[in-house]
Amino acid sequence: MSAPRSHLDSLEAEAVHIMREVAAELERPVLLFSGGKDSIVLLRLAEKAFRPAGFPFPVMHIDTGHNFPEVIEFRDRRVAEIGERLIVASVQQSIDSGRVVEETGPRASRNRLQTTTLLDAIAEHRFDAAFGGARRDEERARAKERIFSFRDDFGQWDPRAQRPELWSLYNGRVRRGEHVRVFPISNWTELDVWEYIEREELEIPSIYYAHEREVFARDGMLYAASEFVSLADDERPFTTSVRYRTVGDMSCTGAVRSGARTLTSVVTEIAATTITERGETRADDRVSEAAMEDRKREGYF
Amino acid sequence: MAELLRFATCGSVDDGKSTLIGRLLYDSKQILADQLQHVEDVSQRRGDGSLDLALLTDGLRAEREQGITIDVAYRAFATARRRFIIADCPGHEQYTRNMVTGSSTADLSIVLIDARNGVVAQSRRHASIASLLRIPHLVVCVNKMDLVDWDESAFDAVVAQFAEVAQRLEIPDVTFIAISARLGDNVVERSERMPWYDGPTLLTHLEEVEIASEQSLAPARFPVQWVIRPQDADHPDYRGYAGRVAGGSLARGDDVVILPSGRSSRVAGIDTLDGDLDRASAPMSVTVLLEDDIDVARGDMIVTGEELPLVTSQLRARICWMAQSPLRVGDRYVIKHTTRSVRAVVDGVEDRLDIETLRPDQSAEELLLNDIGAVSLRLSGPLVVDPYSSNRETGSFILIDESSNDTVAAGMILG
Repeated sequence: MSAPRSHLDSLEAEAVHIMREVAAELERPVLLFSGGKDSIVLLRLAEKAFRPAGFPFPVMHIDTGHNFPEVIEFRDRRVAEIGERLIVASVQQSIDSGRVVEETGPRASRNRLQTTTLLDAIAEHRFDAAFGGARRDEERARAKERIFSFRDDFGQWDPRAQRPELWSLYNGRVRRGEHVRVFPISNWTELDVWEYIEREELEIPSIYYAHEREVFARDGMLYAASEFVSLADDERPFTTSVRYRTVGDMSCTGAVRSGARTLTSVVTEIAATTITERGETRADDRVSEAAMEDRKREGYF
Repeated sequence: MAELLRFATCGSVDDGKSTLIGRLLYDSKQILADQLQHVEDVSQRRGDGSLDLALLTDGLRAEREQGITIDVAYRAFATARRRFIIADCPGHEQYTRNMVTGSSTADLSIVLIDARNGVVAQSRRHASIASLLRIPHLVVCVNKMDLVDWDESAFDAVVAQFAEVAQRLEIPDVTFIAISARLGDNVVERSERMPWYDGPTLLTHLEEVEIASEQSLAPARFPVQWVIRPQDADHPDYRGYAGRVAGGSLARGDDVVILPSGRSSRVAGIDTLDGDLDRASAPMSVTVLLEDDIDVARGDMIVTGEELPLVTSQLRARICWMAQSPLRVGDRYVIKHTTRSVRAVVDGVEDRLDIETLRPDQSAEELLLNDIGAVSLRLSGPLVVDPYSSNRETGSFILIDESSNDTVAAGMILG
């Protein structure tokens, strides 16, 4: 009999198995990497799956142009350190070429525009599988999504027509133009991700740790004051100690007041939190009760 | 260090399944303030008098609008002792398909029985599927005890009825728990209204049930997923077989056989990113190095033991049919088994089970959506199989329709 193993060992073994299945059964996979904590875990899992060889797929970032500079710096450095190939697909280019139109006003965000850039990049590179770091605990629509999530040739997700997923037998068959989104850490929670980062001693962008930042309050959340948002008349920037719980655009990702400057203290705060990750930090999900479901159907991450 | 337990719950709208899951999450403090706010808002908007914990698990818009559940949902929660994954299976028209899907990875299954109604057709279906899928543990929650005045004899009556079902279905481990999901009795908190009940609460049972799987005692099964060949200056001759141990354990120095070729070799090493291992057991993902330079590829299986798996191009299997159009003799599909896919022709439909009694109807000529029956398949090439009764990984498969690419059946190999 072997000793009982930890939940992180079990979750890791499942994720590595999933990544190897995709590499073996699909022709042109890609790993979506945002520089955020979930995709940092994906990169580590890919190392676990394929070392000492290189990854059998490139890494791709959908760059909105509104990212935190600390995260872009981290992205370039991390991918270079592990010696893999990085593709950057740019929302700015999609705007410049007229594929999408920039939103305007104080609440303008490039969040939704990313979907077009992502689908264009998938078509351009003829990717038939894209690894993402989505988790089922993030949101109610995600809880119903398969690990291998089939997308038609418009990139759309149809929750009523999902393939049954049995044992560890995944069906990734696609026709030309279709693809699968694959979520190896579907069964992980936010706390699992942080505990894994701690266990594996993974580097994360500095904005995940408490730091002094100029912010302003809007809708009960704190946002970074930046060139990408215009303030309303009654919004006054001020400086305080914050950290980020998720990494998204500067324009729509909320910060959390915190003094946690070490990984251990961040993990302790996350374990004790009373609000979900998306509820606390993502303005994009507050638009409607079914905001995430709608964006997923359109082909969002 | 918390272990992972996967369990399935299944039931229809009225039996309190969503309420039970909501209660487990709520009382174990897994519901965060904004999720609770959402439930309060919606309960109020609908004019419900009390907090409807079932709302915590409604996912998609159509489900919220129609008050039904469309698809299997996977939820996570944790206590200090264990990490849990719940496969929450809805119980309406797609009952069998959903439950087979949710049960395929479960270590434990929860059957909910309404104390007022006792064992009904759905309870028997549920027990049958748990038995067919060989879920190691079954928990019967006798729910709505508040509606039978917390009466011990109502509980005892359900226990007696269900014990008879379990015996007939050869289900080895059944635990009965008297609960009220709506009021929380014996879910997380021990009930003070049923002093006669001396068993564990549901959560205590989930935390304590033995999950050391029978598979770690089984002979080693290692389906090769992927061959790692860096071919760089540091690793000019490295050739590693990457995969997940699907049964038993493999150790450095073990004599192994590679199937279907039948060639022999020995384990030279077991690699991971974190260093070499002496031994790897199910369900760990590792890379196996062999002493001999022989041709091994995806789809091959590295095995040990006195009893080798069967290498065969003919299968008899129990399948759950999941497609709208029926399965008929002569139909062709792709069969995916471990890491190998070949083509399969349906040679015969042997029977169709009455899912309430598991009695076979041998006059069946086809299988319809949500039917479970035995079929014989002829394959275009050999598979390396164990009976499902001895290994859930190397004894299971799916059928894929090549024209639609849909997964149309779940299969369990008969010995």
